[in-house]
Amino acid sequence: MNATYPLAARSADARARAFALPLNQLDPADPQGFVDDTVGYVFERLRREDPVHRSHSPIPGIDTYWSVTRYQDIMHVDSHHDLYSSEGGITLMDFPDDDEQKLKMFIAMDPPKHDAQRKAVSPIVAPANLNNWRELIRQRTGKVLDSLPRNETFDWVDKVSIELTTYMLATLFDFPLEDRRLLTYWSDISTANKLTNPDAPEPEVRMAELRKMLEYFTRLWNERVNEAPRSDLISMLAHGPATRNMGPLEYMGNLVLLIVGGNDTTRNSMTGGLLALNEFPQEMAKLRANPALIEGMVSEIIRWQTPLAYMRRTAMADTELGGKQIKKGDKLAMWYLSGNRDASAIHEPDRFIVDRERPRQHLSFGFGIHRCVGNRLAELQLKILWEEILRRFERIEVMGEPTRVRSAFVRGFSKLPVRVS
Amino acid sequence: MRAATDNRVDGIDGDCGGNCACATCHVYIDPAWADRVGARTRCELDMLNLVAELRDTSRLACQIDINASLDGLIVATPESQH
Repeated sequence: MNATYPLAARSADARARAFALPLNQLDPADPQGFVDDTVGYVFERLRREDPVHRSHSPIPGIDTYWSVTRYQDIMHVDSHHDLYSSEGGITLMDFPDDDEQKLKMFIAMDPPKHDAQRKAVSPIVAPANLNNWRELIRQRTGKVLDSLPRNETFDWVDKVSIELTTYMLATLFDFPLEDRRLLTYWSDISTANKLTNPDAPEPEVRMAELRKMLEYFTRLWNERVNEAPRSDLISMLAHGPATRNMGPLEYMGNLVLLIVGGNDTTRNSMTGGLLALNEFPQEMAKLRANPALIEGMVSEIIRWQTPLAYMRRTAMADTELGGKQIKKGDKLAMWYLSGNRDASAIHEPDRFIVDRERPRQHLSFGFGIHRCVGNRLAELQLKILWEEILRRFERIEVMGEPTRVRSAFVRGFSKLPVRVS
Repeated sequence: MRAATDNRVDGIDGDCGGNCACATCHVYIDPAWADRVGARTRCELDMLNLVAELRDTSRLACQIDINASLDGLIVATPESQH
């Protein structure tokens, strides 16, 4: 990669800055650290000096929050859902209870309602069902890769990552394929936040767009509720006993959950994996020599990228965590991105290793009752992508630096120039 | 679970490393062994509530301590873990 100011020098400067700041000024939810990919240094210091850390964010609605940065503490919080609730929302931003921007979705619910709604959709992405998708994913992946220009720089995010994940999502919803880019658009709109990103649409504009999404999906719901149950997600929601009586806002919230969950995450792992292999060419060589390593590499890509950097929880009672007194009502960010770089749990965490020991032991899917419901589908999509890439291209080169998304929650890319031959 | 993952037994992934937090070590205990294996733990109930193919004999392998009295234990794994 070419850059006038070499990446290594910039990284060293950013690290020095993170270590020079007074501890109480470290605020990992600052989206700037994600735009320039320097937040890792903040986490490196916090894991060492203050692993459960209290910050004050200048962003209204985030305010005071705890950062949980070590692997084992994250595992503890994630697996104690009675003490650390999801009802307060899954991102650090607080909205008033009656604010319609506070979307109702099962990931932001506690049992028993969470369990019932989750079980209504989980069969579609359950391992037993994946064989139904395997051939279709392979065909579509092949078609997308075959359509790429050769020996010419193009945007990998748009032409590969977005295209493939959006195709998959349209398939799961049985959504009209010609309109599939609407899903990408709605996914971006739903995670857009004016308070953390000045380029994002105003809240009223965002809600107006989400209402259009709801109208579109309500049309699909109405068609399917009157037909026999089918295996797509809309039909499952319309017929499932736990979901068929959802109000419009709850339907909207769960759509957002499934659209973002199935879109941003895999999309950014598709881009992040390519970047990682470019940064570690010896790993690419290992992979070329032995494509059977793809399966383990997929887990390593998901660890490396950590496409959702954190999940938020709210303490239900006074408690202690890592020697800190947590008060009832306090909010915490479980920084999966940090736990996935914790050397006390992961050997040589700052290296991307395609044949890592126990690659499945990473935090990116979360743990406990909210663990990613689509994890096996995501792994399947990535596995097929890399099998089909290796089969087709002798060279796949990153031609410049990626453009990163301005968000501390979705850790992703909006552009990556790539050339294949 | 540790015994299974250390010996790469197909169908028991143990993604969470034995923390009762992923339900990828779901097994069915042969009824003849149920008494000796014991009852489900609290966290185990929460996780099992979300698995596909739940049966009366379902357990999470990571919540079973293997000792001499379980020598010869027979378990089956759910189809969804393959």
